This record gives sequence, structure tokens and C-alpha cells, in this order.
Amino acid sequence: MKTKNKNQVRKKKKKNKEIMLITWMFTLLFLGLSGYIVHYSATHKQELINNSYNGRQQILLAQNRRGKILSSDGSVLAQTIVDDEGKEKREYPYQNLFSHVVGYATNGRMGVESQANYYLINSNAPLSQKAALDVSGEKYPGDDVYTTLDVNIQEVASKALGVYQGAVVVTEPGTGKVLAMVSKPDFNPEEIADIWDDLIEDKESSILLNRASQGLYPPGSTFKIVTALEYIRENPDTYQGYNYTCNGSITRDDSRIQCYHGSVHGAVDFQRSFAKSCNTSFANIGLSLDRDAFGDTLDSLLFNQSLPVAFQSGVSKISVSEETSDADMMQVSIGQGTTSITPLLLNMITCAIANEGVLMKPYLIDYVENSAGNKTKTFSPDAYGKLMEQNEAEILKGLMEDVVEEGTASKLKGLSYTAAGKTGSAEYGTVKGESHAWFTGFAPVEAPQVCVTVIIEGAGAGGDYAVPIAKRIFDAYFENSAG
Amino acid sequence: MELYVSEFSKYVITLLIGLYTYECFAVFRYEKEEQRKGIYTRQNLLMFAFHFSCFLVLCFETGDITYLFFYAFQQIVLYAVIGLYRMLYQDANRLVVNNMCMLLSIGFCILTRLDMNKAIKQFVIASGSLVIALVIPFFVHKFKFLKNLKWVYVLVGIAALSVVMILGQTTYGSKLSYSIAGITFQPSEFVKILFVFYVASALYEASGFFEVFTTAVAAAAHVIVLVVSKDLGSALIFFIVYVLMVFVASKNYFYLMAGALGGSAAAYIAYRVFSHVQIRVQAWRDPWSVIDSAGYQITQSLFAISSGGWFGLGLGKGTPNAIPFVEADFIFSAVAEEFGIIFAVCLILICVSCFVMFMRISMELRDKFYQLTAFGLGVIYIFQVFLTIGGGTKFIPLTGVTLPFISYGGSSVLTTVIMFAVMEGLSMIRQDEERYLRQLARAKKKKKRKQIVRKAMMQEDEELRPGESELEIEAEMDEEQPVGDDFEDEE
Repeated sequence: MKTKNKNQVRKKKKKNKEIMLITWMFTLLFLGLSGYIVHYSATHKQELINNSYNGRQQILLAQNRRGKILSSDGSVLAQTIVDDEGKEKREYPYQNLFSHVVGYATNGRMGVESQANYYLINSNAPLSQKAALDVSGEKYPGDDVYTTLDVNIQEVASKALGVYQGAVVVTEPGTGKVLAMVSKPDFNPEEIADIWDDLIEDKESSILLNRASQGLYPPGSTFKIVTALEYIRENPDTYQGYNYTCNGSITRDDSRIQCYHGSVHGAVDFQRSFAKSCNTSFANIGLSLDRDAFGDTLDSLLFNQSLPVAFQSGVSKISVSEETSDADMMQVSIGQGTTSITPLLLNMITCAIANEGVLMKPYLIDYVENSAGNKTKTFSPDAYGKLMEQNEAEILKGLMEDVVEEGTASKLKGLSYTAAGKTGSAEYGTVKGESHAWFTGFAPVEAPQVCVTVIIEGAGAGGDYAVPIAKRIFDAYFENSAG
Repeated sequence: MELYVSEFSKYVITLLIGLYTYECFAVFRYEKEEQRKGIYTRQNLLMFAFHFSCFLVLCFETGDITYLFFYAFQQIVLYAVIGLYRMLYQDANRLVVNNMCMLLSIGFCILTRLDMNKAIKQFVIASGSLVIALVIPFFVHKFKFLKNLKWVYVLVGIAALSVVMILGQTTYGSKLSYSIAGITFQPSEFVKILFVFYVASALYEASGFFEVFTTAVAAAAHVIVLVVSKDLGSALIFFIVYVLMVFVASKNYFYLMAGALGGSAAAYIAYRVFSHVQIRVQAWRDPWSVIDSAGYQITQSLFAISSGGWFGLGLGKGTPNAIPFVEADFIFSAVAEEFGIIFAVCLILICVSCFVMFMRISMELRDKFYQLTAFGLGVIYIFQVFLTIGGGTKFIPLTGVTLPFISYGGSSVLTTVIMFAVMEGLSMIRQDEERYLRQLARAKKKKKRKQIVRKAMMQEDEELRPGESELEIEAEMDEEQPVGDDFEDEE
């Protein structure tokens, strides 16, 4: 009887197999559709509300008053005030100081005003407060955005840069917090509506460009960090035995590389080539590199791709492959030629060296708070991954320390804190001798807390112009934390 | 006060629909309708609470008390339908009735919020449809000659579609409808049902190559007329339901493969030949690059879906009217914006539960004609849901079909109500079969089997049911088993 029963079951199952199949097909299709809808709406909410075709933004603006942007210690960087006639006005108490990083919210949006727009125009005020405001006919207060920015360091960096054009990026290597981001020339965001037409008309003007995250510069000698990393990778056991005699220039295939300002460095080893920033020796190193492997290293260091940051940033450009000629290779190795980098990327690479090879994603927004002071969203430090091995980072750290101790950044020697870094004097344009002054480095060497990258356009040698600015920032940072 | 009502109601409404959806699937735990009674009663209470909450919110939102009167009319009609089905058709499947009324009430709520005039019009048409459809289960149940009318179905169907093709009004490039005495009809909606009846009646006896070939010619005629009218969404529905019905009738995977290949080829040709297909595909792949033109609708729809969040903005708080034709093609986006994503997913699941119930009825039917009909109607329903929700959310390219019961559109509502009513008739036939089978088994046990069969044959001597001989064999095999086991085995 049992077998009979089984046969029967089988017979019936077979009978309905096709309908079962179709039922499952459609059920799975709809599960997929539901999953897609949930995923899409959850991941695209902010992006879509910021689209100018989305009318919902206007509704939120009519309903909520744009929230405040604040520094890490709670100083107001941007707020909306209502004048006597009931008109709203966006106020920036520090005027020009945070022009690029905090940005503006009229005539389009930029900076944190753009990045955090979603939080600023939404209100998570408590219901009781909303109900009370309904009665009085007022708008709901939008949520407030607390940034990682430090007003003191931003001020010092901005003052140190003075009237020069250029940029400064200050970050915490262990967390990725951006403490300061200065770009000059700057502007007053409160006057953006008045100066807008002039800015748009003047095609040459790059005032609105955030040079710190979007400006593309030849990296010059700061790029030797990367060249050195590749050389260590390819010669892990023998790089210390490297030897070269610099007589001021090197020629290959009718292409000539000279040391900066005609210096002649004589006999140099690997460490000294780096400390003295010997172009000739690094061109020689570059010629020995495996171009394919170098290309891979550059990719892993985030060249030629958008950076893993939530705010606007530029794409640094470099090209190295099998086909790269010797002449180009010599240029690449010393950070000249067609290579370009954003100060932000250089800062990120420096941070990775300071943080045992691990890059923490730089971020500007720390948390979002509603009008009652409850955090509605918190951003935690987030690791991007390893840019290099720990021992590689250690070796580079040692090289950068020597740059301070006996090389081009000696202005940072003998202070209350220890520092490490690399200078650069990046030639640009066709006129020989004109160069951008670079410095990128961190302090203290034993347990790096702060990472500074400076570029001053057309100033001259990095050691002379960029290092003193970095020093003032380091000083301010350690005074701050001491006091 | 208004703020508290609208904020609080968002969670209440989501909870209600969540519970309702849970009950929709809890139904499948039980085999027999009697066991499901509690579930159905709970569903009716949840429907009532949901419907009332929505209109309460609308009243607070607008400050207009007349909404409550409109609500009262709707509630009376829907409960009358539920009550009448219970009274008239004890064998009807109550999940199908409940879901029909629930989906209609969701449609009424969102339409009232979008456009009061359209909502009233929709309510009148839906009420009329429900009344008309009340007799349909009776017809389907009693009129056994439905399976002999295949030439009627196909000729009426093609004729109705052709009239539109030749005389119809052009709406946005497609000929979809024509007007008689001020009432606009969209025949492709009704013809879907005729088409399912046609394919079922043509294939229930045999589904060899000859039958498949002749039905293929008829199906192609439908599809071609629709393609010429540029109603590609409907053409696609006809095609899919045809292929799947042939597959189920023949149990031959070759037809499924051939259908898939042929469909892909046809889609490719349509893409090359029709510029409006290309535009739609482009608007699907990257609507942002054509946001000013072809991508406008879909991007506005995406804005709506993404702005609602889990619990929605609350009824009346969003701007679904920013989407052109929101009440017809994009009603799902309006639901997602104001009721939230959880609600929207529950809505999808309710539609799926209708479909699964249809498929179960179909599987349990022994008579192949009815089985195929139930299957075909189920596929038409669910595939249409898929096209409209998938199209509005950029899951697939937009085809411009309506969401059954929820979208605004008289023809769509009438057709779907008829479809569900036919399903009720089929459900009753299934109950008959089951009862008959049980009787046979019992009779055999009591050694009275022959008498009963003779009696049954005399009752229906005009026409022997084709499934009957099979039933007898099964009953014989059931001989030594307790009554009723037969049906529990198969789940």
C-alpha cells in the first residue's frame, strides 16, 4: 500500500510540475523586484533629492529652515537667520575663511553645503516642537551638521598662506578627519550672488575651484615618495645598497634631467638621494623600474580614478605602461612631465605612510544633530584599505624623517615635536625656474597625529616656502592639544 | 493635532498592511476554506481599519469632512461585495474576494488624494463592475458550453482589436481606445480574457503540433493587430500568456524555449523597427541623460519612490502629481512616496498572493479547460503587475500598462473585476470536483460506487466531463485510504 501511495504522489506532482515552475518563476521575479526597489530607494535617497529636477526639495525648503553647519568645537560656520522683514539669509560668520570647504548654498551649491544638503533641509525636530511651530506658523528647524573642521587650524593655515595662491590640507591619519582645508584665492560666500556674474564671465578665474581637493598640480619631488616605494617593492633586499654619482644631470635618448638649481650631489645612496631630493639619481632609479608593475602600484595609490571621499574631488593623472619611453620615465620618476596630482591625494598617501600603510577615508561631516541635540546620523572613521605593506610604510617613514633631519626640510628640525615629510619644487609652464613649492608630512614621527600637505603656487623651492607654513600649522596643532 | 495624526497614522497604516499581507500568506498553511475562516475575518477587519485610517488622514489633511461621506459609500460597496459573495457563493475563494476589495480600497485612497473627480469616476465604474461581475461566477460554474466557443472568442477578440486599429483614438502615439456614446473603451483589456478562453478551449483536448500551430496563428493575429496599433505593452502580455499556456497544456519544454527565442527575436526586431521602442529603452538605460524629454516621467517616478522612505511621507504630504499620468501608469510610485516602501512591498506581496492562489486553484482543477483558463488569467494578472511596477521603478523599460485595481481607468478595473469573478467560478468548479471525488471514494468503500456514477452520469448526460474517467481511476486507487487524504498528499 505504501508504494502505491508513493506512486500516486509522484503522479500528481508530475501533473502540476509546469504550473509549479511558472508560479515559482514569477514569485522569484517579484522577490527580485521588491529587493531592487528597497535597495534603490534606500541607496539613492540623498542623490535624488539633490537633483534640481526634483521638486520635493522646494517643498522641504518651504517647510524647514536650512540647518547650521558647525566646526568640531561647535563654532557656527554657516547658519540661516531671519531678518526683520521675515526674509531668510544665509550667514557665514567667518566670511572668507571657509569659502571652499563649507561652500555656499545660493547660485548652486558647493562644499559641505552641497554634500550635506539633504541633512540641512530635512528636519528631525521632535514632534512636540513641530506642533508648536505649526501653531505659530514658523518653519521647522533643519538638522545641524557638525564637521570635523578646526577653526584655529584653518585660521593659521589661511594666514600662513597669506596672499599666495595655493592650498593646504590638514588631516588626522588615524581617523581620516579633515581638520582644515584652505584654498586660495578665496571669496566671501555671503557675497556669492553679487560676484557670481563676474566669476562666470571671467573664464580665466578659478576662484570657485577648491584647489585643495580638486586642483591638479605637477607633484614635483614629492612624487619621489611613490618612486621610492616602487623601488623598494622591486628591490626589497638590495635597495639599501643602491649607489649613484650625481654630477648634476643625466641624459638618455637626447633627454636631459637636471638637479634643482644646478646642484651637484656627488656620491649618493638611496636614503641620501631621497633626503637631498636628487633628480638625477631618481631619474636613474626610474629607468630601472618595471613599468608594468609601476603602473599597478600607481593604480593602487588611487591615481587615474575618483577618490573614496564623499566630497567633491579631482582625479589625479599619470600614465606609465610598457610603452612609456625612457625620456618620459625619467620625467615621471621626479614628478614632472604630464603627471598631475591633487593636494588631497598627496595628503592621503602621506596619511597611509603615517598610519602603517592603511588609508582612512578622509571625511568632513562628523555627525548630524536635530534641534533637540540628538544625533540623527553619525559618521565613523572608515578604512579604505592598505595602500602599502606595514614594512614599506616604515621604510618610507624613515626616509621622510631623514628629509627633516639632514635634507631639504631642515626647518622642522629640533622642535618640541618630531616631524617627517618630503618637499617638492614642481616646475610648471614653459619658463624654466618657476616652480610650485610643496611640502607633505606628518608629526610626531613616533605616533603620527596630524598630516599636513601644502602647496604654494609659483613661490619657488618647497624647502624655503612650504615647510615654514607646515611648521606654523604643526605648531598650532601641538599648542592646541597641549593647551 | 493634524501633525500628530499624520505622523502617527503612517506607522498605523504600515502596520495594518503588514498584518494584512501576513494573513494573505498564512492562508496557504491550510487546505480547506473552513479552516481559513478566522484569517478571512481578520483580513476584513484590517481592511476596514486601513481604509478608515486613510480617509481620516485625508480629512485632517484637507480639513474637508465630505471625504468621510465618500469613504462611507466606498466601505458600504466593498462590504456588500464581500457579504454577497459569502451569501451567494459558499464555494467561492474568500482570499480572492478580500484581496480584490483590499486592492480596490488602496486604489480609492490614493486616487482620492491625487484627484477627487477621477476617484469618484473610478468609484462609480468599480461599483458598476462589481455588480455586473456578481453573476459571472454563476455563469462560469453552470455553463459548460464555454469550452466550445473557441471560434467566438477568437473572432470577437480580433474584431474588437481591429476596430480600434482602424477607428481608434490615438493617445500619445498608440491607438488604444474608442468611444461609444461618450464612454471610452480600451478593448485590449477585455480581449485579454477572451484570448485566455480561446487558448484554453483550443488546447484542452489535445495540444499536439497541429493545435499549437493553429493557435499560434490566432495568437499572432492578435499580437500583430496590437503592434500595428502600437500597443506594445498589451502585445507583450498576449505573447507571454500564449507561450506559457502552450507550455502548460503540452508539458513540452520545447515550446517554452521556442517562445523565449522567438520573443527575444521579436523584441530585437521591435527595437530596430520602432523609434518609440528605442526611446523607451534609452529612457530606461539612462533616464538622467534625457531628463528633459523621454526620461522625465521615469526620473520623476524615481524621485517619488526614493523620497518616501520606509514609512512614506504620509498621505497628502508628498508631490506625486509631479509625475505625468501618475494616476494611471505610475500609481505605484505615488503609493511608494506617500505610504512608504514597506507598504509598497506589501502591495506587491498582496498581488503575488492573488497569483499564488490562482495558480493553486489551477493546479487543483482536474478539468483541463478550466485549469488552463485559471492559469492563463493568473499569468495575465501577475505579468501586468510586473510590467507596470517594474516599468515605473526602472527595473525594466516602461510599457505603459496599468496596475490592476489600483490605477485609474475604467476598462482596466472592469476587466480585472471580471477576471477575479471568473476565478471565483473556477474555484467553485474545483470544489464540485473535490466533492464528487470524495463521493466516489466513499461510494466505492460502501460498494455503491456504480450506482452513484450512473446517477451522476444521468445528471449530466448531455455531456460527459472529460476529467471524469480520470477521476474514477483516482477514486479506485484511493480505495483503501481514508477519505480526504487524497488532497492533503499533494502539498
